[in-house]
Amino acid sequence: MDWQALALTLKLATVTTAILLAVAVPLAALLVLGRSRWLAALEALAALPLVLPPTVLGFFLLVLLGPRTAFGRGITSLLGHPLAFSFSGLVVGSVIYSLPFAVQPLVAGFAAVEPALVDAARLLGAGPARLVLSLLVPLARRSLIAGAVLSFLHTMGEFGVVLMLGGDIPGATRTLSIVLYNQVENFDYAAANRTAALLLGLSAVALAAIYLSGSPRGGRRA
Amino acid sequence: MLELALDARRGSFHLRVECRFASEWTVIFGPSGAGKSTLLRLLAGLDLPEHSSPQSVRVALDGKLLTDSAHGLWLKPGRRQTSMVAQQSAIFPHMSIEANIAYGLNHIDRLRRSSRVHNSRVQEMLELVNATELIGRRPQHLSGGEAQRIALARALAPQPRLLLLDEPFSALDGVASDALLLRLQAWTTEHRVQTVLATHDATDALASAAEVALLHEGRLAALGPAADVLSAERQRLIDRLG
Repeated sequence: MDWQALALTLKLATVTTAILLAVAVPLAALLVLGRSRWLAALEALAALPLVLPPTVLGFFLLVLLGPRTAFGRGITSLLGHPLAFSFSGLVVGSVIYSLPFAVQPLVAGFAAVEPALVDAARLLGAGPARLVLSLLVPLARRSLIAGAVLSFLHTMGEFGVVLMLGGDIPGATRTLSIVLYNQVENFDYAAANRTAALLLGLSAVALAAIYLSGSPRGGRRA
Repeated sequence: MLELALDARRGSFHLRVECRFASEWTVIFGPSGAGKSTLLRLLAGLDLPEHSSPQSVRVALDGKLLTDSAHGLWLKPGRRQTSMVAQQSAIFPHMSIEANIAYGLNHIDRLRRSSRVHNSRVQEMLELVNATELIGRRPQHLSGGEAQRIALARALAPQPRLLLLDEPFSALDGVASDALLLRLQAWTTEHRVQTVLATHDATDALASAAEVALLHEGRLAALGPAADVLSAERQRLIDRLG
């Protein structure tokens, strides 16, 4: 087992999930509570990574963050190193790649909160931030957990974006799915089997936990 | 004094009302579908003027404009000093009863007074709606009538200037409803809170003995003292009893 790759994968998934929640909660609240007609376009944009081939996303990010664009050169001079082929670059790619997995459960959860409750809170003076933190998030708690777990798992298993944007640098960008690919390429099926089984087991256990928490015993969503 | 000039469409329904409520306590009386809830929501600022359906809404409380769609003015619901109790009590299910009642206090309380002041206000409101025994209960375990009392306490706690009630006591029996109505009327008079109560129940409308606005299919059919406007309804009730 490549422990370094496992640690890196878990770190990537954790950092990505934390950033995603911070981005997805306000974004989902805006999509549910907002009234602008431009929100449909924003919602489509947030769902795009769902259907986009990961290699396409990885390629565009590679070009955008690389020395070919002013943006990439700016980032490079700011950080002292290019974002591509670094752990930070992977985080950027992963956040975009897993965005719909965090946003969509939250949109569904927020939209299911009774409008009468939202009206009552607004009448009592709640601004957008208080509305989200005191009402939507606690009432859509299960959606928040589902979004976090799905983002985490999706990031753990990503391959195309990592390969395009990060390459295969041990300790920096070599994640478990890259390790698995290398093991198969080297005909080391025994090791590949263990890596694949680990990824499968983690995903299955986490998903089972989500669905169990959603059973009637797990509490009504109030 | 509440002045309103509303011209709004909701699908095929057309609400057109222009009047002023001079009395401190006004009852909007009309059958279901007459536009009572739509009118209250417009007063509360809950329904934004929509681009798709042109409407003109002007609402002023004691000379201060709350909504003026002609000039793009729309004060947010929380900034109108307006509280509302709707048919659906909408008690926040994940909060304690005390936290529900104190929800609006945290907003107006810029000075961040001690929680002791909040607690005494919550206690005062619970006494007003005669629900002190509900402290400590979870919102899920409230009956419909109890939830309506808590919703009323929550609406009154921030001391609004305008109180909107949309069939607020529908889940209370007649005696409890009349008693609560009396206490509420005394309280709003004492604290100078202008109140608009929407109901389809003629006895409720007659009990409050105030100015009555008769709403019919989105139009104001009559406005005046309850005895005049509701004379036909009153006769109907008497006939039914006789």
